Amino acid sequence: MSIQLEREYNYAFLDEGSKKEIRRSTLKAVAIPGYQVPFASREMPIGRGWGTGGLQLTLSLIGDEDSLKVIDQGHDDSVNAVSIKRLVESCSNVTTTDDSEHATVIQTRHRVPEIPLRDDQILVLQVPLPEPLRRTEAKEKVTKRLHAEMDYSSIWLRLYEDIVKWKKITIGADYPSMVHHRYIINPSPIPRYDVPKLHQAEGLYLFGAGREKKIYAIPPYTDVEPLEFLDYSFEVENFEHFTCHLCGCTDSFLDEIYDAKTGEKIYQCSDTGYCNTRQREREAL
Amino acid sequence: MGYVAVTGGRTAIENANKLVHSYRLKDAERAIEVKEIESQMRLLVDRVMGEGGLYAPEYAALALKQTEGDVHEAAFLLRAYRSTLPRNHYSMITDPGEMRGIRRISSSFKDIPGGQVLGPTYDYTHRLLNFDLRNESGAVEQFLEDFALELDTEMDTPSFPKVMDLLREQGLVANRKIDEVEPFDITREKLAFPAPRSARLQLLSRGETGAMTALAYSSMRGYGAVHPTIGELRVGYSEVHIPYPFADEEEDSIYIGELKLTEVETVNSFTQNNQGDVEFMLGYGLTFGQNEVKAIAMAILERSLETQGQSPTQDEEFVLLHIDSVEAQGFVSHLKLPHYITFQSMLDRIRQAQKESKVETGSKG
Repeated sequence: MSIQLEREYNYAFLDEGSKKEIRRSTLKAVAIPGYQVPFASREMPIGRGWGTGGLQLTLSLIGDEDSLKVIDQGHDDSVNAVSIKRLVESCSNVTTTDDSEHATVIQTRHRVPEIPLRDDQILVLQVPLPEPLRRTEAKEKVTKRLHAEMDYSSIWLRLYEDIVKWKKITIGADYPSMVHHRYIINPSPIPRYDVPKLHQAEGLYLFGAGREKKIYAIPPYTDVEPLEFLDYSFEVENFEHFTCHLCGCTDSFLDEIYDAKTGEKIYQCSDTGYCNTRQREREAL
Repeated sequence: MGYVAVTGGRTAIENANKLVHSYRLKDAERAIEVKEIESQMRLLVDRVMGEGGLYAPEYAALALKQTEGDVHEAAFLLRAYRSTLPRNHYSMITDPGEMRGIRRISSSFKDIPGGQVLGPTYDYTHRLLNFDLRNESGAVEQFLEDFALELDTEMDTPSFPKVMDLLREQGLVANRKIDEVEPFDITREKLAFPAPRSARLQLLSRGETGAMTALAYSSMRGYGAVHPTIGELRVGYSEVHIPYPFADEEEDSIYIGELKLTEVETVNSFTQNNQGDVEFMLGYGLTFGQNEVKAIAMAILERSLETQGQSPTQDEEFVLLHIDSVEAQGFVSHLKLPHYITFQSMLDRIRQAQKESKVETGSKG
């Protein structure tokens, strides 16, 4: 075969019919906050489980006017973020940026940026395991029914057992949270530190799970409450007494890193875009 | 300055790409031709097409070249390529019963109408390394020439009646009504459980050969109930037609090409019949290309999923969600991505929990 196509791939990779279908599922997700909308996830040219859900959302949403930021662990220059940016650049005319305030769409893995989202911005989160009840129930058929009946006793019990055994709720990232008093979600593996940012936010949060074929959303001004007990409240990661060694920030989420030579433990902002801006501001002073 | 989280991503990726390119070619005398892979790595190409869910031998060969022979990666390339193509047509029903067969055997009966045709198979070869293949030049042209002459004179393209029809006529096999329901399309809809049979068959048909073989093996060995007899295994070419868009009559269609297929029909104990009828139960397997172990495994798994029980192969979520090459390979290898944030979260939990347990031991002591 030697047919030469004018352009080898469609704008934004997916064919137009597929993009439309993904947008329809997204609209449904926005209409029912926290509900996991099934969709026929397509195979993407990056690893399945490496952000294909987020990528499909991003590709279905962006057009020439958009400016895209992609982060992984809060980091613009992390290899997977770069790989995703390069793919979007290669199949569309979308410009990319590191500046979260300049971006219209931000795709992220494991972090919510430090600077709050505006109402004209969309945060696309990559989701490995969308089902919060998978912690206690392996079967999709069953968890689907539990959501429908709002039967969340098993996850509460799981938290209770944690406390009995460890005196702490041991869930680190991806902390189960109740969306608008109806559906419990996995907020994707963002740290607990980021969960409060989802509550009554101005911007739109979209969650895409490619391998598990689900889309869900937290629309603006939605109540999002991490699960907690009256006597055992939700706790965010503790960075008390630590500051970023680059920008001096005392209240951001910090990466704990070890100096390659001295082995000394130091801390720096995980959100590199935020940290760079702060460093520039400090220098300007 | 100390360690910085994996950074310089762009340069790193560019260099990695260069290295892949260099490792692919650095020890080569000449670059392997896509055509050579397509014609001489026939079974590998078939497997990649089957797991990629795209019947395109040339593209499968290209994918194998590009991935240095990594079957997962090659199947993945085909799948990703599929995502860029619009769905323009659904074909008419293809009946493998009418296929142009190149191989066809039955383990149930010695004599079958049309006869057993061993065809191209490694089944009865001795697994001895053939050192003559190290240098085939010259001899190969001669051999092919002779063989082609021989083929031309004797080549017929038989189509065989189905062995299962023999049993069906005798009322030994459940003669179920043909299901005219529009099949589920796993590439256009997310699967919900319980899955319709059409969806199960599609997922199995593009499942990963190794995973399916292992699961089917487990079912035969003791973690399940299915140990069938092969009623018929056939390999051959089936024509594909699509409806003629300006047709006056519904049957009008256009021939668009043919597919090489492996089809397996197994006979299973009548004690597994859910309806309580004393009839053999059929197991069905169908894959792109010649991939016999996968087709047999599919027939076993398909049948196993129709039975009730506690073994892994009787659980449709367990089987169907874990045999997909792209998904399994993708998620297992995503662990290579950075997990600094989640690990930090875990560190925080273990430190806090340790603090609690120290407080406790302290107060006791």
